[in-house]
Amino acid sequence: MSDTVTMKGKPLTYSAAETDPAVPRHAGSAVAVGPSGSKPQKKLSRRNIVLYGVLILAALYYLLPLYVMVITSVKGMPEIRLGNIFSPPVEVTFAPWVKAWSEACTGLNCDGLSRGFLNSVQILVPSVILSIIIASVNGYALANWKFKGGEVFFTILIVGAFIPYQVMIYPIVILLREVGLYGSLTGLIIVHTIFGMPILTLLFRNYFASMPEELFKAARVDGAGFWQIYFRIMLPMSLPIFVVAIILQVTGIWNDFLFGVIFTKPDLYPMTVQLNNIVNSTQGVIEYNVNMAATILTGLVPLCVYFVSGKLFVRGIAAGAVKG
Amino acid sequence: MARKSILTVLMTAAAMPFCVSAQATDLEVTHWWTSGGEAAAVAELAKAFDATGNHWVDGAIAGSGGVARPIMISRITGGDPMGATQFNHGRQAEELVEAGLMRDLTDIAEAGKWKEVVNPPSLLDSCTLDGKIYCVPINIHSQQWLWLNNDVFKKAGLEVPKNWNEFAAAAPKLEEAGIVPLAMGQQPWQTSLAFQVLLVAVAGPDTYNKVYGDKDAELAASDALAPVFEAAVQARDMSKKSNVQNWNDATSMVITGKAAGQIMGDWAQGEFQIAGQTAGKEYTCLPGLGMNEVIQTGGDAFYFPKVDDAAINEAQGVLANVMMSPETQVAFNLKKGSLPVRGDVDLTAANDCMRKGLDILAKGNIIQAPDQMMSADSVQQINDLFVEFFNDPSISAKDVQTRFAAIVADAE
Amino acid sequence: MAVTARPARWHRNLSAKIAAIPMIATALVVFVGGTAWTVVYSFTNSKLLPREKFVGLDQYERLWGSAKWLISIQNLAIYGAFSLVFALVVGFLLAALLDQKIRFEDTFRTIFLYPFALSFIVTGLAWQWILNPDFGIQAVVRGMGFESFTFDPLYNPDIVIYGVLIAGLWHETGLIMCLMLAGLRGIDEDIWKAARVDGIPMWKTYLYIVIPMMRGIFVTAVVLIASGIIKVYDLIVAQTGGGPGISSEVPAKYVYDAMFLSQNLGQGFAASTMMLLSVIIVVVPWAYLEFGGKARRV
Repeated sequence: MSDTVTMKGKPLTYSAAETDPAVPRHAGSAVAVGPSGSKPQKKLSRRNIVLYGVLILAALYYLLPLYVMVITSVKGMPEIRLGNIFSPPVEVTFAPWVKAWSEACTGLNCDGLSRGFLNSVQILVPSVILSIIIASVNGYALANWKFKGGEVFFTILIVGAFIPYQVMIYPIVILLREVGLYGSLTGLIIVHTIFGMPILTLLFRNYFASMPEELFKAARVDGAGFWQIYFRIMLPMSLPIFVVAIILQVTGIWNDFLFGVIFTKPDLYPMTVQLNNIVNSTQGVIEYNVNMAATILTGLVPLCVYFVSGKLFVRGIAAGAVKG
Repeated sequence: MARKSILTVLMTAAAMPFCVSAQATDLEVTHWWTSGGEAAAVAELAKAFDATGNHWVDGAIAGSGGVARPIMISRITGGDPMGATQFNHGRQAEELVEAGLMRDLTDIAEAGKWKEVVNPPSLLDSCTLDGKIYCVPINIHSQQWLWLNNDVFKKAGLEVPKNWNEFAAAAPKLEEAGIVPLAMGQQPWQTSLAFQVLLVAVAGPDTYNKVYGDKDAELAASDALAPVFEAAVQARDMSKKSNVQNWNDATSMVITGKAAGQIMGDWAQGEFQIAGQTAGKEYTCLPGLGMNEVIQTGGDAFYFPKVDDAAINEAQGVLANVMMSPETQVAFNLKKGSLPVRGDVDLTAANDCMRKGLDILAKGNIIQAPDQMMSADSVQQINDLFVEFFNDPSISAKDVQTRFAAIVADAE
Repeated sequence: MAVTARPARWHRNLSAKIAAIPMIATALVVFVGGTAWTVVYSFTNSKLLPREKFVGLDQYERLWGSAKWLISIQNLAIYGAFSLVFALVVGFLLAALLDQKIRFEDTFRTIFLYPFALSFIVTGLAWQWILNPDFGIQAVVRGMGFESFTFDPLYNPDIVIYGVLIAGLWHETGLIMCLMLAGLRGIDEDIWKAARVDGIPMWKTYLYIVIPMMRGIFVTAVVLIASGIIKVYDLIVAQTGGGPGISSEVPAKYVYDAMFLSQNLGQGFAASTMMLLSVIIVVVPWAYLEFGGKARRV
């Protein structure tokens, strides 16, 4: 964010709430990083003006699209055609939401997004659980139990993270066909686990590696084995990284369209297929309000996970931030 | 589902084929018709199929080729195929047929005398490989149309043009009046559609067939074709201020009078209909841009993957016959805005533009669609070339002709 | 009998080895196997279905003769460089700001993070709308009386990739910020105290002490961002469709289009092999230095 913009902002409202003096010397310097994490705060200082100014400006940039989506989703079509996209709705209607959820057509099935909701849940839950279990064990084995060849496989995995999914469609179709899992839910769960593995393994590996070594050594001296250490010592200390992993996987799997549609059948199609059908239909009038409502509805599950895990995230960090 | 297939196996094992036909079978049909009008047309198919005692399981995926096709192909090659699937009529499914993954429909076609009723016969040729028929053509969509807003011309004090040249001549006056002469969506297929329509309109169907059909690169590079590319430059200038992506957004510019005209397929008239406009009154349609009145006989077709299940096979046969039946043809095509594949059906409900199309069809002034004559690869290369051309005014008529000829030379 | 001679070596960490079987299988079968398969078929003229008709380097010649491919690479380079730098810098700055014991930290963090919950398709559509000159930002500013104001990144071939960048950063910086925040929270209070006692300016403490301590987090962030950059596809499709013209094409889209629109698998595989090759050239030496040959601890 540019600093010149910041200086123009006058977010006086928030700073009044702060107490404590101690003004940092360089609140207006080119790098907006400013003061440290442990300094006490003060009232209406230049530091706070800059700090909250930058944060509020950033928040506006992040909120703008959501604002546009929400207000558009409650406008009627005539109003959308006339007005500009930032103006608040003259007349609020929830018809687009109802339509997106239960009326919009996917081919012949006019039951909107509701059709795919349970399928999405059915795909999401086992995929997230399985992929996180496997990746956390991988990361733990790599970080704490160095074994021959471990780095080689890990490097391959990291390179694998860079392969565009589309490239792998054919090999995976052939693989799944050969093992007889093509078209089944199990097959799809395995695919999600495979493609989530590189990044998740990296996350867990780095996290476990940054945990105090003494803990691990002490447990070893006490005779604890691989799984004992994992369940008794590592898991209880890993809440923050599990939250990050859950956020990544829930988002990725819930929003996935390609795998969901290629590796299953219509009776298992996830919600994103209906979203695609609603948003991508090329004929007729484009109903922006329904599109936006459908979009928000589809995003609600990951959004909820974020709101819930946001709290967990903080607590997890507080619990997990043992000095290393 | 599982129970049903066990039942089916038992019944076939009992060697009582007659019982199988009495059985209601679920048949999954994939397609990419998801908009209002399209879905209504599909509903006609489903209704007719369900009336036979079977059940149509709808597998719609929006987004045409790019989105739907990989899914369909994966399902078929993955060994878990659907009962029937849509493909564009042409060479898209050729390799699946060659790989033995598609069902041979020849016996059904002969029993139904398709060779006699399908008009024009070239439609069936596109379904034929080594003398066997592998697909059911279901409709004819033509692309060679210029759609004009009559009001716009009147207001600018101009006659409504009768062909492309008059339209191009009117462009400066339209621009003075603040109107975009030519609306054009900037998706690759739309720009190459405009080009190939200009080619057949300006240079005539023989030249078109030589270029796309015989891949005559010399002709494509020759001076004889230069006027086509100059017309394309004209079109580019005329659509300079058209700032939309989707074809229907472009059509809506014409409907609302922001733009004067659009080169687009016959599906555009669905948009005019929805807006409550009538052909000849608020808008004019010029097949072949008013210069060479031809239409192309591309369209949609259904393929039936090979399935190892007698009940499904039975149902596939029933669906193939349903799709070809005169009643379904009329009901489906009226909703879809396309022309029927049978010459022997009555279309009294057709509107003016559809009638013009039927007339041209009756006269036999037809050409094949590029994707019936060229591989998808070459079609896509041409798409890429023209979307670049229409967005980059620095590419001259000469340059684009050279590059086009190079693609034609490499085409299969 | 040979078995008895070796168990000491092979039984060592046996549980770890067993636990790593899914990873090893994925690495070997899917990533190595799938990649090898792709590379082999890039030398064929496979169209709709893979087939073994080898044509040597034909697909590669055509690839490098294609204007679309060259533009794709150029776009990826621009998008990649800016995306990496901005995501890291902005992500870190936001995290550092949130780490100042501010009020409403939860609110701000949620606001910065929520875009990540939405798919790229949604991101692309929303920003396509906001950047649309006819009813987005440009129209609004013009409506306020600035008639000559022009802001149409998605309709200007020269800057379209930056328009995509705006949306891409919007989507991903929140997650990077979260990672950074987790890293910052892991830094010992004593370090701050010590730095303050020594009179080291704040920015220096961040730059020379804190950031080096967050090495692991930065590695994760870089891998996350970079792998996302290589794979960028949905965003382009939803926001620009590769246009205007072919000015916002990217390699992943080239691959997809070649495979499924053109039905030319060989060409798509050749393009993906080139992408893989460049990834391997960059990532393998780095990954080896970063992860290879080191003990239990990094």
